[in-house]
This record gives sequence, C-alpha cells and structure tokens, in this order.
Amino acid sequence: MKYRDEYRTPEAARAYADAIARITTRPWTLMEVCGGQTNAIMRFGIDQLLPQEISLIHGPGCPVCVTPIDYIDKALEIAGTPGVILCTFGDMLRVPGTHSDLAAARARGADVRVVYSPIEALAVARQHPGHDVVFFAVGFETTAPANAMAVYQAEREGLENFSVLVSQVLVPPAIRNLLERPGNRIQGFLAAGHVCAITGYEEYEPIARRHRVPIVVTGFEPLDILEGVYLCVRQLERGESSVENQYSRAVRRPGNKPAQQVMQAVFEVVPRQWRGMGEIPESGLGLSPAYRAFDAETRFGAVTGQDEGRGECSSGAVLRGEIRPDQCPAFGTRCTPEHPLGVTMVSEEGACAAYYRYRRQSGGPSHE
Amino acid sequence: MCLAVPGRVISIDGDDPLTRQGRVDFGGVVKSVNLAYVPEVQPDDYVLVHVGFAITVVDPREAERVFEYLEILEQ
Repeated sequence: MKYRDEYRTPEAARAYADAIARITTRPWTLMEVCGGQTNAIMRFGIDQLLPQEISLIHGPGCPVCVTPIDYIDKALEIAGTPGVILCTFGDMLRVPGTHSDLAAARARGADVRVVYSPIEALAVARQHPGHDVVFFAVGFETTAPANAMAVYQAEREGLENFSVLVSQVLVPPAIRNLLERPGNRIQGFLAAGHVCAITGYEEYEPIARRHRVPIVVTGFEPLDILEGVYLCVRQLERGESSVENQYSRAVRRPGNKPAQQVMQAVFEVVPRQWRGMGEIPESGLGLSPAYRAFDAETRFGAVTGQDEGRGECSSGAVLRGEIRPDQCPAFGTRCTPEHPLGVTMVSEEGACAAYYRYRRQSGGPSHE
Repeated sequence: MCLAVPGRVISIDGDDPLTRQGRVDFGGVVKSVNLAYVPEVQPDDYVLVHVGFAITVVDPREAERVFEYLEILEQ
C-alpha cells in the first residue's frame, strides 16, 4: 500500500537506528503518547533497534484504556434498557465494567452493534425510528470530528431517537499532567500524529517551552517513529526544547480547520476522569449546550466518572508510564488477553496487550 | 483507536459539503468515505481515513522528506 509499505523497509530503519546511535552520548527517556505507536514499536521491534541509552516509555494514549469504568457500566445499563440499540466501536466490546462487558451483554440478548463509523449509528437510528439508538462516543481528538459530525447531522435532520454517550479526551492536558507529577522522568515526547492532523500543534509549543521538553509530532510507521526519536534525541543532545513536525505529509501547524469548526460547535471542553490519572481539568469534550438534547446522560442519567481501581491490576501505573507492562507481577501469568485483569491487556492498543503479543519470549521482533 | 489508513480517492460525489462522499481505494479494497473535512481534495489525491472520515490529504512532496533526510544523515 502506497504511503505505508515504503516506510517499513528494514534497511532504512537500520540506517535511522545507526544515525540515532551516532548522536546519542547519554541516557534519555522518551514517551510515545499514542497507543497506536506503542503497538508499532513492539510489533516492529523498534525499541530493540535503538541504542541502549534510549528508553521509550508508553503513555496514556489509548482512549479505550483511560475511559473510567463508570462509563462502561453506564453503557451496559443503557444497553440493557428495553427498546435501546447501543452502537459502539469494536474496541469497547470486551472492556470490563464492574460486573460484565458489552460482549457479554450482547450474548445475553442486548442489542449491541459494532459500527465502523458514527455515521453508521446515525443510519441505524433512521432505520429504527421506534428505538432509542445510542452511540458510545469514545476517543481522542482524532475521533472527535467524526463523532461531532454524527451529532451535527442528527440535529440537522431532527433525529430525536439518536443520542451519544460521550467519553472524549484530549491529549495536551494529559501531557501537562504527566510533566507536573513528582518524580516525572519524561525528557521528550513523541506526539500523536493523527491527533495533530486534526488539532495542529500550536498548543504544544507552550508545553515544550514551559517544561523544557522537546515534542516531536510523529507518524505511525517504523521510519516515522525512528525519525521522531532521532529528532527528539538531537534536540535533547543540543539542550533544545521545541516542537518539531516529523509527520509533515499529514500534519500542518494549524491542523484541520473544517474539522475543528464542527468539533467546536458540537463539543465544549470539560473536566474528565482518566483511568489511572484521576480527574484532569479541561481534559475532555462534552456536548455543548446547543446539542445537549443529544446527550445520552440527559436521557439515561449522568455518569459520575469515578474509576475504582481493581485489585491486582497495575494499569494505572502502566498508563502513567511509571512501569513497563512486563514489570507487573501478574503480566503473562495471572493476566493475559484471554483472562485480562485490566483494560490495558484488553484493548488492541493497550501497552500490556502489545507486550504480550510481541514480547513474551525475548526473541526478535515479529515480521508480520 | 487513532488508526488512520492511507487510500487513493477514485471519485467524489455529492454537492453538500457536509455529506460529500468519495470512493477511496485502499490497496484494492474500495470504501465510501466522508470527505467533509477535506474540502480541497481532488481525485487521485491520497487521504488518511479514520472511522469513515478523511482527516487529512497526504502531501506527496512532504512524503519524500523522510528518505531525503536519511540521505543527508548518511553522508
């Protein structure tokens, strides 16, 4: 596939790894924020190509993982309401609530449908005027414009049987929160390329200045990530801390204005609870007053957003980048994708699942 | 969750900017994609598609930069 395969050539990857080794004079700790990047790093063995001085730690950038358990419980409650069709992205099906998950609810007879796009959930609402159709709108800034468009169109059409359960989160407040934690050891960030395709990267510039950390907007293919690491290390070695854009084929500094306009009309910035991080002010999106009629929480009751820690699972520390998944005592033994203790082992983009898939035997990288 | 896949726009239909659709080819698999957020897109452009929406047009000139930069590094 064009714009994918050419960024996966092993020779170029090795050449970038060599270039990183040539400029690295001391240990540096970088965080890749995005779960998609974590998955690529593990899958292609990028961490094993890097010089030993470079540590990559994995951030909270998996929206499925940071959604508080209360939202899963609310989705389950809504799905169990007679006359409701709950539409969701497939990622949410196996995320454990307090007592169950959406896949189990579906097996018990709840009408839970997996959609590829929120626009499909709108179509379900048009086809079933006698039902309440609720879309579970989870995601970062990448997904927000699509979810916003579904609500925008529902309002335009007067589609009263459609609503959204919103658990949208924002990346920059989470980065600030991590940098302000005592004992923070993150020296540079790889920022999530597809989030920045929507938002641009102006908002990251004050973070880089204030906390003196380089931030490199980075793509998802092996060469993208390696170049992102190179640019980040080069800044660290020179004592610089600015925002650079590695992913310029997809990201422009102001971002995607038409997408931002629809997002800003439909959503407003709200505080959000993050699993493993607690409440972060101004770190999420909720429906703006003009669209509140489409809020599933007005129709089915509010979510408190509390998140009960669960026994043995260390996903909070994993999401904060404080431990690697394989440093959790339960990893790979009492906690596996088949019997997960927590969401970072369930989600496709959870760091624990990526380690389980690609790092259980300390062999070489996978070459799928 | 933030996965976005590159594909080539084959054709564009619809006048309403909000619901403008394109047929997009992902290495042989053709899907219908909402183009509301890429008003500038033309047939044959490559877009990155996430949950049914094109979120950005790939800049072919910038796409070469990763390789050009590597050549500089290797000199």
